[in-house]
Amino acid sequence: MQKARKIRVLIAKPGLDSHDRGAKVVARALRDAGMEVIYTGLRQTPEQIVETALQEDVDVIGLSILSGAHRTLFPRIMELLKKQGLTDVLVFAGGIIPEDDVAEMKKAGIKEIFGPGTRTETIIQYVLDNLPKRA
Amino acid sequence: MFEEKKVNEIKKQRERWEQTTLPNWVKQCKERKGEFRNTSNMLIRRVYTPEDIAELDYMRDSGFPGEYPFIRGVHATMYRGRFWTMRQFSGFGTAAQTNQRFKYLLKEGETGLSIAFDYPTIMGYDSDHPMGNGEVGICGVAVASLKDMEVLFDGIPLDKVTTSMTINGPAGILLAFYVAVGDKQGVPREKLGGTTQNDNLKEYFAQKLCIYPPKPSVKLTTDIIEYCARNLPRWNPISISGYHIREAGANAVQELAFTLYDGITYVESTLERGLKVDDFAHRLSFFFASHNDFFEEVAKFRAARRIWARVMKERFHAKNPRSMWMRMHVQTSGCTLTAQQPLNNITRTTIQALAAVLGGTQSLHTNSYDEALCLPSEEAVRVALRTQQIIAHESGATNTIDPLAGSYYIEALTCEMEEKAMEYIQKVDDMGGAIVAIEKGFFQKEIADSAYKHQREVDEKKRTIVGVNDYKIEEECPIELLRVDPKAEKEQVASLQRMKRERDKRKVDAVLDKLRSVAEKDENLMPTIIEAVKVYASLGEICEVLRQVYGEYKELIVI
Repeated sequence: MQKARKIRVLIAKPGLDSHDRGAKVVARALRDAGMEVIYTGLRQTPEQIVETALQEDVDVIGLSILSGAHRTLFPRIMELLKKQGLTDVLVFAGGIIPEDDVAEMKKAGIKEIFGPGTRTETIIQYVLDNLPKRA
Repeated sequence: MFEEKKVNEIKKQRERWEQTTLPNWVKQCKERKGEFRNTSNMLIRRVYTPEDIAELDYMRDSGFPGEYPFIRGVHATMYRGRFWTMRQFSGFGTAAQTNQRFKYLLKEGETGLSIAFDYPTIMGYDSDHPMGNGEVGICGVAVASLKDMEVLFDGIPLDKVTTSMTINGPAGILLAFYVAVGDKQGVPREKLGGTTQNDNLKEYFAQKLCIYPPKPSVKLTTDIIEYCARNLPRWNPISISGYHIREAGANAVQELAFTLYDGITYVESTLERGLKVDDFAHRLSFFFASHNDFFEEVAKFRAARRIWARVMKERFHAKNPRSMWMRMHVQTSGCTLTAQQPLNNITRTTIQALAAVLGGTQSLHTNSYDEALCLPSEEAVRVALRTQQIIAHESGATNTIDPLAGSYYIEALTCEMEEKAMEYIQKVDDMGGAIVAIEKGFFQKEIADSAYKHQREVDEKKRTIVGVNDYKIEEECPIELLRVDPKAEKEQVASLQRMKRERDKRKVDAVLDKLRSVAEKDENLMPTIIEAVKVYASLGEICEVLRQVYGEYKELIVI
């Protein structure tokens, strides 16, 4: 039997803010849950994030931002993903995203947003339940 | 502290108590946990007695306020003389908007200003740089040139306030803006009071807003310390910061040890400039976080003062007692605030602020209850400031100096905190110093491990966070959130570009050339930076020259 491919997750931090505590904790929790996690560090431009997603052939992208620039950056990332044909990648986000912005971000294609206080198990379960079916 | 005979008697009595009185009680009411630990993983005993501080020598280890080892306070009168400075970190949108917020806070009784800059400013980019897209004025105020600084302090005389600036990589440039505004207002430089955070080392493992590699960054930090020692006698050139180390996930002992180690490194780098320790050490200041474990925090602040005094005296042979003072600013902890049931944060902040006051701080920022959700609204900031005023005027905590001294628990914890911090300091010494520890990822790994451990404990409910993993309710966001108008970015970019068209470009080019050659020659950059900002060279232009000379830092990723 062929060994199952590990779930590949890119944890990315767009924007200029440097609050990486949450991103790193989530990266480690997903890794401990058996996933292959790629974390590329701070201040990634939308172009860099999409390029990494493409190169690393990821199934899932987790975006973390606390600077408030999500309103500019998230739609841009989603647009670039679409351009590259990466429409089947599951994208979720975390950080400080005000309730009022959630609908707009979801409209742009972010599937779920996890606010402060989320358990890491909740995120792991979410990824497992919503993993895109790959051909 | 106690006669040996008496301590022995207490020991005997404790053993008797443990064998007679205690077991019945434990049988009827089992203790909540097998063992109790604080955030620093120290085992907390059931009860503390003179036994636990038998080794303490009052005059050697405590002494009197205003005297070595300063554990009881750096001033002899402390809050009986003057309260701490109530300094609320603030800034958003354009300089004009933040100028209004500053005036509001001063009117409400704040006693010092503290500027929060936006991310492009912090990272050394002008507001019109593509990296700053969507970030201008969002998390702080955009200050890209002297013109912005003039607007920010319009109607605020610099000899009447002191100003703290949370800025590191570009600290010299922001200080230059401030000096230039002071010159324009006709305020003599010796009257300019305030602080630049200017602690570049912690950026590499905690706050992570680094522009250049570590070595040139320490050089820039040292330039400011040296320049201030010679020219700005009332300026604190640096605020050696544990706050970000703690917020990134460190526990209290790690915060204490790593911060002090950074301090040691800056003293060494400044001594290398040929200054004597007593020429500058009295202007070094510190910045710590205050978290929820009340006694652990109080012990941490007290231990910090005693360790620093001993380090300055024994390691650096300071003679002037002021060189041994650890003056500190404290901020209550942002990462302990919850988005759930945000009003509960007022209570958390109160506990943390009281710990800071009982820990003997010189300056305090209290967080606003809505900060897990957004930048604070005016109402939330007012409640935060009122919290400090209530502690100052109503709680009675300020009527005597260091009131928790002599508590068996506090004194034992203070000693243990000092001991554990000194072990870390020894370890980093053996490793070859702070820069080596950063390059090896030592601090980064220690912090990431503590952060992960904390999250596991919360997830597994070994640690209760009220409203998050227990006592939960269904709620709609119950408070009004502050939104920064996205128009601020457009206005700021337009005004910066107008300024760039109107200034004398030849003068700017000439001074930037000069800056490059001074940077290449490794001389102190401050005089040239001041010259540059006065002809309206922008923050981004100055940082760009230095990026070309020093290179850019590439993050060492440690998960």
